Parts: sequence; C-alpha cells; structure tokens
Amino acid sequence: MNGFLNFVVSVTTTPALLVGLIAMLGLILQKKAATVVIQGSIKTFAGFLVLTGGAGILVTSLNPFATMFQHVFNAKGVVPSNEAVVALALVKYGTPAALIMIVGFIVNVLLARFTRFKYIFLTGQAMLYVSTMAAVVLISAGLGNGWLTILLGGIFEGTLLTVTPALTQRYMRKITGNDGVAMGHTGNMGYALSGWLGEKFGNRNPEKSTEKLNIPKSLGFLRDSTVSISLVMMVVYIILALIAGPHFVESAALSAGTNYIVYAITQAGTFAAGFVVVLQGVRMILSEIIPAFQGIAKKLVPNSKPALDVPIVFPYAPNAVLIGFFVSFVVGIVSMLIMLGLGTTVIIPGVVGIFFCGGAAGVYGNAFGGVRGAIIGSIANGLVLAWGPLLILPALGSFGANAASTFADSDYIVSGGLLGVMGKAGSATLIIFILAFLVVVLITSALLNRRDKLNAK
Amino acid sequence: MKFACVCQSGLGTSFMVQMNIQSILEEAGVNIDDFELEHMDVGSATSDAADYFFVESTLVSALPNIPEEKIIPLNSIIDKEIAREGVYKVLDENGIEHQ
Repeated sequence: MNGFLNFVVSVTTTPALLVGLIAMLGLILQKKAATVVIQGSIKTFAGFLVLTGGAGILVTSLNPFATMFQHVFNAKGVVPSNEAVVALALVKYGTPAALIMIVGFIVNVLLARFTRFKYIFLTGQAMLYVSTMAAVVLISAGLGNGWLTILLGGIFEGTLLTVTPALTQRYMRKITGNDGVAMGHTGNMGYALSGWLGEKFGNRNPEKSTEKLNIPKSLGFLRDSTVSISLVMMVVYIILALIAGPHFVESAALSAGTNYIVYAITQAGTFAAGFVVVLQGVRMILSEIIPAFQGIAKKLVPNSKPALDVPIVFPYAPNAVLIGFFVSFVVGIVSMLIMLGLGTTVIIPGVVGIFFCGGAAGVYGNAFGGVRGAIIGSIANGLVLAWGPLLILPALGSFGANAASTFADSDYIVSGGLLGVMGKAGSATLIIFILAFLVVVLITSALLNRRDKLNAK
Repeated sequence: MKFACVCQSGLGTSFMVQMNIQSILEEAGVNIDDFELEHMDVGSATSDAADYFFVESTLVSALPNIPEEKIIPLNSIIDKEIAREGVYKVLDENGIEHQ
C-alpha cells in the first residue's frame, strides 16, 4: 500500500507527468481518437522535459554572467525575461503552477459567465507564467505547496486575467476599430497607462499619427527574437568581459583558458539558444491544453470576447511598435546606468520584454495621441519595465535572491509586487488580499451594470 | 501538405492562427489527415519546415530565406476570413476540392 501511495504522490509531484495527464484529460473531454490522445499527452510530457532542459542551458549562460557582473560592478545584475525565470521556477514549482493554471481557468470562465467582464484569456504562455509567479510568491510567503496555495493562486490568476483586458478595451476599440477582441497579455496595466497618457498629452490630429512617418523597413530583422536576443546579449556580455579583463574571465572558474571575447560571445549565444529551447517546450506543453480550454469556454460563456496575445495590435501601427521599442530600450539603458550609480540591484534591459511591451505601449500611446502620445506613453511604460523588476524581486523570496533573471511585464510586476508586500505582512493578510481582490471585481461589475441600466432608462 | 503559422515568438498569435486554420479546413470539408499544422517563431522558420507559411504581413521582411510563393501574408492576424482566403487560394492552387 505504501508503495502505491508513493507512486501516486510521485506522479502528482512530477510536473512533467502531471501536465501530460492534464493534456490527456483535455483530449479525452474533446472526444479525440485514442491515437490523438496518446500522441498529445506524450508530446506534452516530453515538452515539459524540453522546457526544463532549456532552463539548464539558460543557467549555464546566466551563472558566468552573474559572476562577472558581481566582480565588475560589485552589484547584482538581473536580466528580466519571463521565459527564463519561468523555466527556472518550473523546475521547482511545476506541480502547484500547473494546478493553479487549471483553477485559474475555471475562475476565468465563471467570472466571464456571471460578470460583465466577458473576457476569456487565451494566451496560454501568459496563463502559465502568471500561475508560476503566483506559485512562487505564495509559497515564498509561507502558504505551503498544498491546496491553499493552489486555490488562492488560481483565484488570483483567474481574476487578474479576467479584469486586466478590461483596462485596455477602450483603446483596443480605437486601435482595431471593433469591440470583438481584447488584449490578453501581461502588460495591460502599462498599456492602459500609455494609452491614457497618450490621450491626455498627445496630439489627436490624425495627420500626427506614427503611421504617417517614414521608418526604414530594413529594421524588420530585429523582429526575429533569436537574432535580437543574441545581438543585445553579445553587446552586454562583451562590454562586461572587456571591463572584467582577460585575467578574470580566462580563470579556471569561468572560461578556463578560452579567449575572453570568444567566451563572452559564446555565452550570449548560449542564452539565445536556451531561449529557443524553452520556447519549444512551452509550445509543446500548451499545444494540447489550450484548444481544450478554448472549446470548453466557447460552450459555457455566450458573448465572450477572446483576449489574445500582444502582437495582434502590431499590424495596426508598425511604426509605433518600432518607436515604442527604441524609446523603451533607451529608457532601460539610462535607468540601468542610474541603478549602477545608486548601487541597487541592476536591471539589465531585457530585449524580449522591451520589444513586446514597449512596442505595444507605442501602439496604445499612438491610438489617441499620435507620435507625441506614442513617445510619452512609451517613456512611462519603459520606466515601469526598467524599475518595476526591483519591486518584484523581494516577493520571490529565496528564489528571487538567487535567480539571475526575473519577471518583466507590468502586470507581473504590479500584481506580484503587491502580493509580496501582503505576504510580508503575514499569510492571513495575503489570503484576505486575494479574496478582497475577487470581491472588488464582483462589486465593480455589479455597480457598472447598475449604472448602465440607469443610463438606459 | 504542411502549413506553418509563424509569429515573433511562436507562442500565442501563431497558435491562434493555427487553430483558425484547423477549423477552416474542417469547414472546407477536405480530408484533414492530408494536412499537417504547426506553429513556430520567426527564428525556427526555415524554407523546408513547411509547404506554406502563414505570416502576419509586417513580419514578412523578417523571413528573407523563405521563397515568396510559399508565404501567405495575412493583413489582419485576428481575422479568420482573411486566413480563409489564404487557405482557399492554396487549396485552389493545388487542385484540392473544397466547399
């Protein structure tokens, strides 16, 4: 009997098997053929192992980076990258994260069904990342890795992902010209800020839109993340190696004799390689689970609006994307230099987060505010991206203290940072905070519905 | 025949396009087993990875190594009808009957 118990416990605490089983359940619920069920569950299982393998590659590249940074600046350097930090965290927190994702989906469907927030969040990787963040923060705050963390984490993830699309819907209507889709990404707070500032301080004249500018199309190759990550990491790594000097870098602990510049370039490439592997793993995990989620949601929630991933807004204003990216990158570099001066932990601009969130902030700023709105909005969002990761590091507990990577987007930063602060005040405060968040959303929905009813009369 | 849906990081958007194309093919009444669908990021998209690549139109410039006739640019990535036009064009080119 003990052996059997051990078997069950081992299965449920091995995240790779657990996500495989979740995928299997989803496929069976969709009444798929037996071969499809077997294929899908095995791919999901292997996908998780691909992801943890990618995490290993990232670590081999981030460790020397941290060592060199520590030596040169006598400060800790952290690269905000959702993919990297999630891959690292899933190795340890995979089981609660996967279960939180399921509870969160149920909460999302229920809220969309019964409140005015009709948004079904379908960006799988963001659901997985928020679940992982919730698992790390709640466990670090001492809630354990049992049902309490899974339930509260699920309530938190589901509620957050149902309401954040509402923040930007006003701007989505302007950008896409219809009310049919919503933004299902984890930068919504930053995008809303950018859209709002653009509207307040921008220029409404349609002739001043970013799309009236002529921006060279040759910058398109930067949209290949493998290329842009490698380039940026190479620059950062080479500068670091030059300052650290060949003597330090070529020592036994680091390159062990390999030329220091060659070593720096290889490590930068290794980071990009790890990123590619992690993406492949995430893709394999979600491929079978998300269609099941989508099918269930479609059946249960009439009039729902899908909240989709951030690049859906890029085609509406490609110039604004590039402006947003460059402005955010400059803000990130300047902020990094200030952090070096201040002697805090140093946040190195994370190129992927800056591209997606910065680019989208440009689009939202431009929606009502033209070029001026895009620039002002991107600066504000860029400041959140540059300084916010400092706020979330303490919330990640011992995991955050050791990782050379952290979460990047505004919604992780704001909500994770808040959870961390509440956690510091005790687990009771944290529980009350999460439940209060849910109640506030329910009350807001009821009040807005009532207002609409009165207005209709 | 293999279709690849490509977006910048190959996670959310390309996957949504893939699910749209899946349902378009089902609605078109073709034999689904003849088609293989996959989604990927720009960096993974090589010309032998698929027979046709569905890409958001502003991203075409990031795929210089893929022959133009293999690329189906989508002017709006969220619009299923635009994807449908692309799928039907491919089916017609290859002489596959559909509804």
